[in-house]
Amino acid sequence: MMGEVEILSRYRGLRRKTLHVWVERGWVIPERGLSGYQFREIDVARVGLIYEFSTELELDEDAMDVILPLLDQVHGLRYQLRCLANAVSAQPEDVRQCIARTLAKSED
Amino acid sequence: MTEKLYEVLGVKKDASKAEIKKAHRLHAKKHHPDLNPGDKASEKTFRKIQAAYNVLSDEEKRRQYDAGEIDAEGKETPRQFYREYADAGGDHPYASSAGFDDLGDIFSDIFRAQQHGGEKAHIRMQGGDIGYRMEISFLEAVNGATKRVTMPDGKTLDITIPVGHRDGQILRLRGKGMPGLGGGSAGDAHVEVHIKPHRTFRRQGRDILVKLPVALNEAVLGAKVHVSTVRGSISMTIPPGSNTGDTLRIKGKGIAAHGKNAAGDQLVTLSVMLPKKSDAMLESFLEDWSKDHSYDPRQGMEG
Repeated sequence: MMGEVEILSRYRGLRRKTLHVWVERGWVIPERGLSGYQFREIDVARVGLIYEFSTELELDEDAMDVILPLLDQVHGLRYQLRCLANAVSAQPEDVRQCIARTLAKSED
Repeated sequence: MTEKLYEVLGVKKDASKAEIKKAHRLHAKKHHPDLNPGDKASEKTFRKIQAAYNVLSDEEKRRQYDAGEIDAEGKETPRQFYREYADAGGDHPYASSAGFDDLGDIFSDIFRAQQHGGEKAHIRMQGGDIGYRMEISFLEAVNGATKRVTMPDGKTLDITIPVGHRDGQILRLRGKGMPGLGGGSAGDAHVEVHIKPHRTFRRQGRDILVKLPVALNEAVLGAKVHVSTVRGSISMTIPPGSNTGDTLRIKGKGIAAHGKNAAGDQLVTLSVMLPKKSDAMLESFLEDWSKDHSYDPRQGMEG
């Protein structure tokens, strides 16, 4: 867990007000502790992502509103796809063959 | 060598600061690992772009690089991208299930449960069916029976054989197959039941066929004999003058009535048997008898 002060010192030029806007917009979802926001590792990484997108890549807020949900969907899909792939690979050989054939057909 | 960093950003060697910045932004957007979550190569490319920009965006470093004082290997700060966190698992506040809403119930059910409950994978699936094979006696098949069998998993199972079970008929036992997953119902057990042949009885539809040996005198003179049925022995009358191949019908002694099926009959086919040992008296009698009573049982067979 990382507090607000710590996270602001990590990203040069990131202002408290900006960070709050990101939280209000739902781009970052930290936990709320007694001493303010508490950022998990993934929140910190996400702040870094938004910071980089908005500074280096010069993405504005509207673009961020489009990109972040899409990015979350991609990650969601990738995660589920991996679960599915694991489930498939746990099947006996003949079942996997069956699935592979069905996939090949649906790709035609 | 010196062109390398410029090549990475796709700019000319004399590119302006603004041009370099613009080129960098363009490439960084395209190759940012967080915008290419599944693409391993993107991270390598992105690092090159960052390293090149790191040198070329700094006037002093760019001068040193152009002069050959520093090489193309810009310093890389070790860092982790967001995708490594987001990819680690489905249970975090940013997990989205919006991408598979329309992929069908199976996906939605499985994945929604995973994400919104934060639970373990909740797959609801019916258990598989299991096939068994067993043998029962002829009489068990005719009259019905309950057989207790031990399944491969050690559990015992009472299988009810219906009255009039046919050879090879498959009994489906609901819920006795493989257990279901995540609250799904268990599969079925399919038991293929075969019937061992009986040394006396055969079956034809709902009727029972029996071949009954009778003595010569019983056939000629008629008699009361005991005959086995599928439900115990009964007494039966052989009419005088019965012959091998004659069939007597005993009503209601076949397969018992069950469901909409009426009871079958037992069909007794007679087979006249001579005494096992030759009998001198019978021989001398028949010698005298055939003198004026001879008959031809093969009449009509010629041609």
